[in-house]
Amino acid sequence: MGDPGMIVLFTVLLPVIGAGLVLLLRNNENAREAATLITGAVTFAHVLALLRLVRAGEVPRLDILEVVPNVWLSFEVEPLGMVFALVAGFLWPITSLYAIGYMRGHHEENQTRFFFFFAIAIAGAMGVAFSGNLFTLFVFYEFLTFCTVPLVTHHQTEEAKKSGRIYLGILLTTSVGLQLVAIIWTWVLAGTLDFQTGGILAGTASTGILSAILVLYVYGVGKAAVMPFHRWLPAAMVAPTPVSALLHAVAVVKAGVFTVLKIAVYVFGIDLLQTLTTTTWLAWAAAVTIILGSLVAFKKDNLKARLAYSTISQLSYIVLGAMLANEMGIIGGGMHIAMHAFGKITLFFAAGGIMVAAHEKNISRMHGLGRTMPITFGAFFIGSLSIIGLPPAGGAWSKWFLGMGTLEASQLGLLAVLMLSSLLGLYYLLEVPVKAFFFKPPEDAHHHEGIHESPTPSLIAICITASATMGFFLWPDLFHELMQMVVSGGAP
Amino acid sequence: MSQNLPALLVVVPMLLAPLAALLNRSGPAWAVATAGIWFSFVTAIQLLQRVMAEGAITYAMGGWAAPIGIELRIDLASAFVVVIVSSIGAIGVLYARTSVAAEISEDRHALFYAALLLNVCGLLGISVTGDMFNVFVFLEISSLSAYSMIALGQDRRALTSAFQYLIMGSVGATFIVIGIGLLWVMTGSLAMMDLAERIPMVWESGQGDRTIAVAFTFLTVGVTLKLALFPLHLWLPNAYTYSPSAVTGYMAATSTKVSVYLLMRFFFTVFGKEFSFEQMQLDMVLMPLALVAILAMSLVAIYQTNVKRLLAFSSVAQVGYMVLGISFGSVLGIAAGIIHLFNHAVMKGALFMAMGCVMYRIGSVRIEDMKGLGKAMPWTMGAFVGGGLSMIGVPLTVGFVSKWYLVQAALAEGRWFVAAIVMVGSLMALIYVWKVVEVAYFQRREDEAEIREAPLGLLIPTYALVAASFWFGIDAGTTSSVAISAAETLLGVMP
Repeated sequence: MGDPGMIVLFTVLLPVIGAGLVLLLRNNENAREAATLITGAVTFAHVLALLRLVRAGEVPRLDILEVVPNVWLSFEVEPLGMVFALVAGFLWPITSLYAIGYMRGHHEENQTRFFFFFAIAIAGAMGVAFSGNLFTLFVFYEFLTFCTVPLVTHHQTEEAKKSGRIYLGILLTTSVGLQLVAIIWTWVLAGTLDFQTGGILAGTASTGILSAILVLYVYGVGKAAVMPFHRWLPAAMVAPTPVSALLHAVAVVKAGVFTVLKIAVYVFGIDLLQTLTTTTWLAWAAAVTIILGSLVAFKKDNLKARLAYSTISQLSYIVLGAMLANEMGIIGGGMHIAMHAFGKITLFFAAGGIMVAAHEKNISRMHGLGRTMPITFGAFFIGSLSIIGLPPAGGAWSKWFLGMGTLEASQLGLLAVLMLSSLLGLYYLLEVPVKAFFFKPPEDAHHHEGIHESPTPSLIAICITASATMGFFLWPDLFHELMQMVVSGGAP
Repeated sequence: MSQNLPALLVVVPMLLAPLAALLNRSGPAWAVATAGIWFSFVTAIQLLQRVMAEGAITYAMGGWAAPIGIELRIDLASAFVVVIVSSIGAIGVLYARTSVAAEISEDRHALFYAALLLNVCGLLGISVTGDMFNVFVFLEISSLSAYSMIALGQDRRALTSAFQYLIMGSVGATFIVIGIGLLWVMTGSLAMMDLAERIPMVWESGQGDRTIAVAFTFLTVGVTLKLALFPLHLWLPNAYTYSPSAVTGYMAATSTKVSVYLLMRFFFTVFGKEFSFEQMQLDMVLMPLALVAILAMSLVAIYQTNVKRLLAFSSVAQVGYMVLGISFGSVLGIAAGIIHLFNHAVMKGALFMAMGCVMYRIGSVRIEDMKGLGKAMPWTMGAFVGGGLSMIGVPLTVGFVSKWYLVQAALAEGRWFVAAIVMVGSLMALIYVWKVVEVAYFQRREDEAEIREAPLGLLIPTYALVAASFWFGIDAGTTSSVAISAAETLLGVMP
């Protein structure tokens, strides 16, 4: 397929082209959706082409232009970025399929604008995945923030407006106020913003200053939602469910934890991280977020809100993995990007399906609904297993490696946190399908007679992600191999 | 011909101004103004290229060499400012055609264009002259023409704002002329390069060193008043709010910028960095004022209900960024200041022009009147969002480039609290930009169908500036290397 650099460029540009097609075909719904699906599939094919190169040990690279002297906008595909690109690239067409059923079933307005910004957001996610230096990463990180605002505020109601404020406010405050300062500081100290195995900051300043920069980075990546900068994620739940599913369970939030991992591995380097005082503190900050997130999820009756807090909790698993500063932690964190993505998107798909088919948002009103929507709730069950970390779902592996990481770092306390959080998850996630299948419906509920499932395109999407979740239990090798390349310094 | 370009740059608009007034009809006067300003623009670009290739150009007016005659002296810093003024002027005059036709009564159009030409002439003159008294003369030309243009605003408050500016501006000009006079008494020279040699001699002789210090103070206060550094900014918000839209866009992008340039010229060329920063400890005065300007004026901007006024207060805050850059006294800091001159001119020009489009269609720029404009005037509001992104400092816009250098300059000196304040300023910009966006995109209006998009005559110049704010944010290589070299020239460190 020609020059690797060009493939990278196309992978980022294709969703933009798709967005253009969506605008052009706005008067014909079916053609418009076909455009989204086809560009989605072609984009993913490009990602697979890149995957082949990366597995062969190549590092496709493309320098686009010099923005300010010595600072380039450039792309580079390394294994960690590949993990993120694979997840986002695969789930985009699936989510589009789901969205077709959802948006039509829910009679949403302004669907063209929705699909347009959706595609643009994927371009942003691809840009984040393939960014070749910290500057490019920051550019696409902010790009992703801005192009998801119209999606979050899609309904243009008073509530959407408020959520938009929280969303932009927190994400920009952290990124401009903390992350950008850290990036410029890195530039002043290291004189480069490139990602290098072993990091670029080692030996450039005292441990105290580097520890401070690490804190700026971890809290500056607001998309990783480490408390207290997590409020934007529940706020973003006012968006239509496909947005919550792909962007706020996968693309946007994973862009955040991906950034944290990337900075940990390629800007600081594992060796340097181990010597910094704040690394352990941040690991504990992530641990606190894990527990508090789970506890809040416990108390939420609104299903999407519960899933949002579960996401906050799960994201901190990955931050924790990075801050363990050892190979197992990094591998576990990277794999959890993929595993959590497939599990959580299944849960959101199910939640949206329930909303469209049964018009229920609250868990207490879903009792007995399992009998009318067996496939949806079955998928929910599988997704839950993955999030909790139980076989036969992929999440078991990432949690396994994270647990090994805590042992290697001799942090038994953190291991206990992981276990406790899984126990909490066992309750707050499994409660939903269990009550749906085994409890009696509430008196005043008007559930349909017989089977009344999610819209068909949505149902297909749910089945695909749920099967993939189980598939990754049997075949987790691909993600493990890529993460192994990251820690063993195969690239860049 | 080409040796005379430095003089023609200033003289052509000056001579065309009376012609525009004499023609006394809107169309021809506009054509004359456009021809004059575009001539200056093309000349400015040529001069910049020549200065970049060959170094500073000096031109003796009438063949009399300095210090006896008047010398024009164009180095990188002045060439850069000349390009800023003339390019914004060139776009502004295109914009003015439609906007002025809507906002100013027909019989005054010719006078308006004459004033515009004089203003451009004055601002360019300040930037290229190498003579202190000449600075004062051109400053008065640009100020008087500015007062008259502001007074042409539709709102009757334009008259009082113009008068307020007249009083404040005259105080500033008087301070400047007193400073120049004192310098002349002490050194017997008015040529900048000559002064640069004589001032240290007078200072070191110990006789009259107090007079030099007083002259420095008068000049500093006078110029900071013209550039609206907090707390001497009181004239600016009213002047920007009530003047005609075309004037606001043009002035916001040029006049304060030239004053900032003048400040640098005085500090670094005439007095020298050592005197300004070590003897007079300028940084101790400028940095706190700049930081207060950034925080306080952004805060005030957040609470405005008139968008032009909001942008005016934001301008005062942005002047704070430029002065902050200068107050570091380092190459990186001054380069940040210089690059922000250009960057802010581009983005604020775009924002004010977008407001001019709104004014053209709905006759108001109050926030509550802008409901539903996201739908009714998508291109206009798109331009506002584009310019707004730059104000916030989103990467790949010019605003980001400014912040990149400014924060670097702060961190390189270990002043992390200054870096923090710069970032807080960006976030405050987010609040006041978002405030407008929220109203325009989240609220509906009944007469949505009746409001049409602004005419192309306004949109095209506006989008030229929006495009520039992205272009020079994506490819900032040229602007930043010119700014860095200009800073090196000002400080006298050769690369």
